[in-house]
Amino acid sequence: MRSLLPPEYIVRIDQDRCRRCGRCVRNCGFGALSFEHSFWHRAKELFQGSTEDLQKVIAHVEEYVPDRVVADNRKCVQCHYCVTHCPEGAINIEPNPLAYKANHYWLPHYQKNIVKQAESGGMILTGSGNDKPYFSYFDHLVLDACQVTNPSIDPLREPMELRTYLGSRPKALEIEQDSDGEPVLKTKLTPQVKLEIPIVFAAMSYGAISLNAQKALAMAAKECGVLMNTGEGGMHRDLYPYADHIIGQVASGRFGVNPEYLERAAMLEIKIGQGAKPGIGGHLPGEKVDEEVSRTRMIPVGSDALSPAPHHDIYSIEDLAQLISALKEATAYTKPVGVKIAAVHNVAAIASGIARAGADVIYIDGFRGGTGATPMIIRDHVGIPIELALAAVDDRLRQEGIRNQVSLIAAGGIRHSGDVAKAIALGADAVAIGTAALIAMGCHVCQQCFSGNCSWGIATQRPELTRHLNPEEAGQRLANLLRGWALELKEILGSLGINAIESLRGSRLRLRGVGLSEQDLEILGVKPAGR
Amino acid sequence: MGCELRNRVEAVEPYRIDAQGMHHRQLNETIRAALSAGYREIILDNVNGQRYIGAGISTPAYIEINGVPGNDLAVFMNGPTIRVHGNGQDGIANTMNSGTVIVDGSAGDVLGYGMRGGRLFVRGDVGYRVGIHMKEYREQVPVLVVGGRAGAFCGEYMAGGVLVVLGLDRLPGQPLTGDYLATGMHGGVIYLRGRVAEHLLGKEVQMFDLNDQDWKLLGGLLDEFGNYFGVDAAELKKDQYTKLLPVSHRPYGRLYVS
Ligand code: SF4
Ligand code: SF4
Repeated sequence: MRSLLPPEYIVRIDQDRCRRCGRCVRNCGFGALSFEHSFWHRAKELFQGSTEDLQKVIAHVEEYVPDRVVADNRKCVQCHYCVTHCPEGAINIEPNPLAYKANHYWLPHYQKNIVKQAESGGMILTGSGNDKPYFSYFDHLVLDACQVTNPSIDPLREPMELRTYLGSRPKALEIEQDSDGEPVLKTKLTPQVKLEIPIVFAAMSYGAISLNAQKALAMAAKECGVLMNTGEGGMHRDLYPYADHIIGQVASGRFGVNPEYLERAAMLEIKIGQGAKPGIGGHLPGEKVDEEVSRTRMIPVGSDALSPAPHHDIYSIEDLAQLISALKEATAYTKPVGVKIAAVHNVAAIASGIARAGADVIYIDGFRGGTGATPMIIRDHVGIPIELALAAVDDRLRQEGIRNQVSLIAAGGIRHSGDVAKAIALGADAVAIGTAALIAMGCHVCQQCFSGNCSWGIATQRPELTRHLNPEEAGQRLANLLRGWALELKEILGSLGINAIESLRGSRLRLRGVGLSEQDLEILGVKPAGR
Repeated sequence: MGCELRNRVEAVEPYRIDAQGMHHRQLNETIRAALSAGYREIILDNVNGQRYIGAGISTPAYIEINGVPGNDLAVFMNGPTIRVHGNGQDGIANTMNSGTVIVDGSAGDVLGYGMRGGRLFVRGDVGYRVGIHMKEYREQVPVLVVGGRAGAFCGEYMAGGVLVVLGLDRLPGQPLTGDYLATGMHGGVIYLRGRVAEHLLGKEVQMFDLNDQDWKLLGGLLDEFGNYFGVDAAELKKDQYTKLLPVSHRPYGRLYVS
């Protein structure tokens, strides 16, 4: 069917500046740019030696077009790779002002999707996270600081502790004395993993993102003493040297999961849900399953990798308890086992069940969380904000006296260290970042991750594109980001007059709400500013 | 035929554990300890529902179970052979990597979930969602043989491997499997003794006749089945069989627009 979709963007090439280096033409993953060949190219093709050919050549002189870069505006997704990398700064991309007539209700976005579906009859697929203008609670929470009555601390001079352990804690510690009268710990501690900064990288599988992107995450995790997460695509052998800093995910498709994988990972995570697609399974299309992805996922090249919506051995909390125990048995109780869920309406009760099922860590992913691919309708309309979910879960676990049994990781739209501090004050032990990490590597949040054409070499397996991402450099960018956030967190702690992140954890008294309703404040467990 | 199995692992004297009243954690710890002490043959008596036996074990070993092992028998297992003299429960061979499990009786639901290698033989009937999401990779091809009937959603999402349902000892009129057989199947092969009614099949598969290669594969499995359970394989081979294959290994293409 002929497409009636207007281009969303207009690519303008400044022909005076452009020196026709061809970089943009070669590098665009979406094939939006090409060279318009000049008269001379055509002439060479046409002229075979005869006078007749010469006539044709002369006829073409009239259509003379200089050698230049042209854009197919319809293909442009505004990923800005060309804009960023053009040596002459000759490219500019603008939204197409005439694509749709202005309307406050029938926004261009809705019109566009209706046309697409009218032309295809399919579900609209998207990547990245919910971009709709829902209310952000983080933006309506502010942190406290010390003034006069209790001193703030200068983190540049005094030690500040960000170190965090993930795992289950005993209710109390029992100490006994050995034969020499020395105190020894009697309580048997369960396994913990150490984070130097209370941040982990969110699960992004090999297949959804490139191996170079995974390597960058692994290198940064190692350098910063934090963790990355394999996602459900198995662990590529190039990541083995970083395995001490890798969470091994076990999802419903069980891709790449074998005893070796369980053995290698520093921690295991059962993936039940994801903020961008609660209740939805995964589907890595066969085109993305190349030789290497196939080896890592342990499925044949070119076959679809389907992750069923539920784990078919988990239909209840009891069943979940069983998989948690099975993983612990299979690894002889040597590493923490976490459970990742999407933030949904009854998240507090669900989290309580998960804690009772024996999980050591619960990862809650809010509705701003990202993904490689999901139906847009699910991404944008299912799930609840992480701030509310986190507060509700922390409350519930405390009320039930089982908060110590699990560590909480909060995720889904953490944009800066302020969000990190607020999440920790709301009750998180640590946060996870996905989109922020991708942006650090170059991602411009064009939301085309599902297409496999990512020009930045992140969400693609095309070798000519994955080359765009240098793992060392991207790893350094990630490490720099974490370093920057860690410095800021220390500043925040200092201004709060505390010297350990532990003192901020769940300390909602250090938060105030601005412009929040009474009910919001009650759910968040914070006072309004001014009180 | 048990002796033949035993000869496959190094001959040391068997280690016997009385599982009566033991918690699964203790039982599995004892098994792991016995293995690291060098025992390669372990006999478990009075097993009564203890879960996760064989979980993640990568040591070659022969484990004989007298009684009924609990859920997730051989979960993540990698190599050992387990013989169950009794019935099994749910989740046998869950995400199993390699090894063999032989169950003399019947077994429960979700057997062989995500199984990526090794073999599971059940003499009797099995429950729902058996063989779900089995998958193969190169030389690792999981095999699951059911002597009796299978419940609904058998072979669901199957992505690779071999699933056989023989339907032995059926009462007249009892179907071979429940409905939604092989729904979402996109790889591997299912062999059925006899045929099933068309309406039981998932929409992604079709029935085919067996070719020579199929017979070679199936014949070997029937011999093995006959060996384990004292059933005459020659008799079984005289019967009619049907093969189920996915019609596309991309059942979920063309659903999306970007
Ligand atoms: S990258 Fe810039 S200078 Fe090079 S061809 Fe493209 S527009 Fe011209
Ligand atoms: S990862 Fe690539 S495709 Fe995905 S949003 Fe970022 S730039 Fe776009």
